Amino acid sequence: MDAREAILARVRDALGRSQTEPAPPVPRGYRAHSDVVPGSGEAVDLLVDRLVDYRANVHRCREAELADTLGDLLGDVGSVVVPPGLPPEWVGAATAGGARTLLDTADEPLPNAALDTAGAVLTAARVAIAETGTIVLDGEPDQGRRAITLVPDRHVCVLHARQVVATVPEAVAVLGQHPHRPMTWVAGPSATSDIELIRVEGVHGPRTLDVVIVT
Amino acid sequence: MTTFLGMPRVAPQPATAPQDPLRWGPDFPTAAHETLGNGQMRTNLRHATRTIRDKRLRMVSELPDWEELREAGSAIKHWTMSHLPELLVQLEENVTARGGVVHWARDAAEANRIVADLVRATGESEVVKVKSMATQETGLNEHLAAEGITATETDLAELIVQLAGDMPSHVLVPAIHRNRDEIRAIFTERMGDAPADLTSEPRALAMAARAHLRAKFLTARVAISGANLAVAETGTVSVFESEGNGRMCLTLPDTLITVMGIEKVVPAFQDLEVFTQLLPRSSTGERMNPYTTMWTGVTPGDGPQAFHLVLLDNGRTKALADEVGRQALHCIRCSACMNVCPVYEHTGGHAYGSVYPGPIGAILTPQLTGMGTRGATDPHDPTASLPFASSLCGACYEACPVKIDIPTALVHLRNRAVESQQRRLLPTGWEAGMRAASAVMSSGSRFAVAARAAGLGRIVARHDRIARLPYPGSLWTGVRDLPAPPAQSFRTWWKEHQADGATRPAGAPSPGSTAGNEA
Repeated sequence: MDAREAILARVRDALGRSQTEPAPPVPRGYRAHSDVVPGSGEAVDLLVDRLVDYRANVHRCREAELADTLGDLLGDVGSVVVPPGLPPEWVGAATAGGARTLLDTADEPLPNAALDTAGAVLTAARVAIAETGTIVLDGEPDQGRRAITLVPDRHVCVLHARQVVATVPEAVAVLGQHPHRPMTWVAGPSATSDIELIRVEGVHGPRTLDVVIVT
Repeated sequence: MTTFLGMPRVAPQPATAPQDPLRWGPDFPTAAHETLGNGQMRTNLRHATRTIRDKRLRMVSELPDWEELREAGSAIKHWTMSHLPELLVQLEENVTARGGVVHWARDAAEANRIVADLVRATGESEVVKVKSMATQETGLNEHLAAEGITATETDLAELIVQLAGDMPSHVLVPAIHRNRDEIRAIFTERMGDAPADLTSEPRALAMAARAHLRAKFLTARVAISGANLAVAETGTVSVFESEGNGRMCLTLPDTLITVMGIEKVVPAFQDLEVFTQLLPRSSTGERMNPYTTMWTGVTPGDGPQAFHLVLLDNGRTKALADEVGRQALHCIRCSACMNVCPVYEHTGGHAYGSVYPGPIGAILTPQLTGMGTRGATDPHDPTASLPFASSLCGACYEACPVKIDIPTALVHLRNRAVESQQRRLLPTGWEAGMRAASAVMSSGSRFAVAARAAGLGRIVARHDRIARLPYPGSLWTGVRDLPAPPAQSFRTWWKEHQADGATRPAGAPSPGSTAGNEA
């Protein structure tokens, strides 16, 4: 008997001895939604409060101000990594500030060393959760390979207010439409509490997280 | 120019490296006697557990539906265990369909062998590792070292533990027994590239680790990880972390090998909404941990292009066979139970002699090692003492995000441990004492004689405490005082009381009334 058959046989044998009755269905009495309406000003306010608590930099602007906001943010970074599917006006805004763009695609990925010396990376996101201050990336063309939001020391992420949901279940419902995509849930810059449980921000991931919220 | 400050040599804790990660020391009382002598560790621990307890409480009280989430988490886990064969097969199908390869390992040795073979097949002799309890449990790093493969732990605390030659003492913060000065000494002596002017500021120490590991991350070809959960319905595997070392290992190398206990599977993608809420708040006391990675098999053009999932039994099916004990398999390794446990707070994690310390360790370890089951050979198995390492105060049950009834399981396992020992010929001192007590307490007249005899204890008492008794009583009084017996036993008082209702022994309330409540 190979290991697979042996383990499955052991599991069935164990259940035969310990399972006295069928497991009851899972009670899902927890909140699927909250009073905060997804995409509302209240949802954005809550998200901002959480992100600031995580020591992320938050910038709010209107659609018409986005180019200027990105230009200001990326003016002095030197080089900025961009995935293939970013709106051209975002890329234009980054270069208008004087930054060099480094295009990263699945077919022609930048080497890790190039990502390591890049000034910043600019991406969109799939969805954001206000209650927990979480941004989820799912690797679509406007977000790029997982490596590009990890290795550069600064991540600039643009969110639209309509992408902000209130609760975790609301976000999981969005992500569940494409569950096989590679996902990265981000809640602020990287951190550790491994030394005397004192929180230190910025360990291996980007030490600076800029979130631009377009309302 | 640097000034040598005469740092003490780093001594590993515990002093000797274990053979078996689940059973490395003497029994709990002996090990605890040792660890209780370490005042520095206890100070570190008290500070740390209090900090994290307060944070957890704040985060949990923020959610109006915390109890409903716990109910759901508990029910999902119970449902999972009840349908484990189908779910494991479904997980295997979905991981395979997306380009991953699934392996099955009956025990630690088989898991280690599979991983070593997979690493060797890549031609690499160095791997980077994400913090993983499952590979701690199998002793994977030591096995790889014996095979000529260097495994580097990349989680800050795991790196500290690895450099110091320690064993972890906590499932979330394995270096919780070390303070900043000790960590600075470890880095300075063992890291090889620590800055000459390294201070003991946590930020400086974290940045030293960042610099030390950066080149390794960017050039690593093979990574090894554990998993927090895997979704049967989709084949999605996930790792929750804080530092980004997890993302580095899960994203940059060509080959990813994940070792996962079979109990970590969950049925549906929707179940993620429960555990992404329960885990970070219970574990680090945060609304959300900084990074969670979820991947399904292989994604062309993004991340590792070879993915292997090793499903590990290693005693889990033994635990599953016990109607009460199997709930230990519901554990999501958040560590909330050890942060609230008064016993853990005093003894520290090393006293448990297992990679799983604290309350959950006390019920999980002995079941994984097969304590008290048919075929368990060693009557002196040190893990049999673990279910007794608790005051049964119930704080762990209150804190557990998936409502594992640890106190009930502890009592149940105590029974199992005792039953398996009753086949011995000679009673131990404990059993002999219990039998004597039972003979005395089952007869009124015998008990009366004993109670009068106990009054003699007042002769050796000072200030109503007995600090020293001759052997075998010294076994007790060596570690704690005994309250002096009362001058008069209740029986004697009752006799007098029936003869003369007005008399009462000095300072004794009458039965059924409260002292001083003289109506």
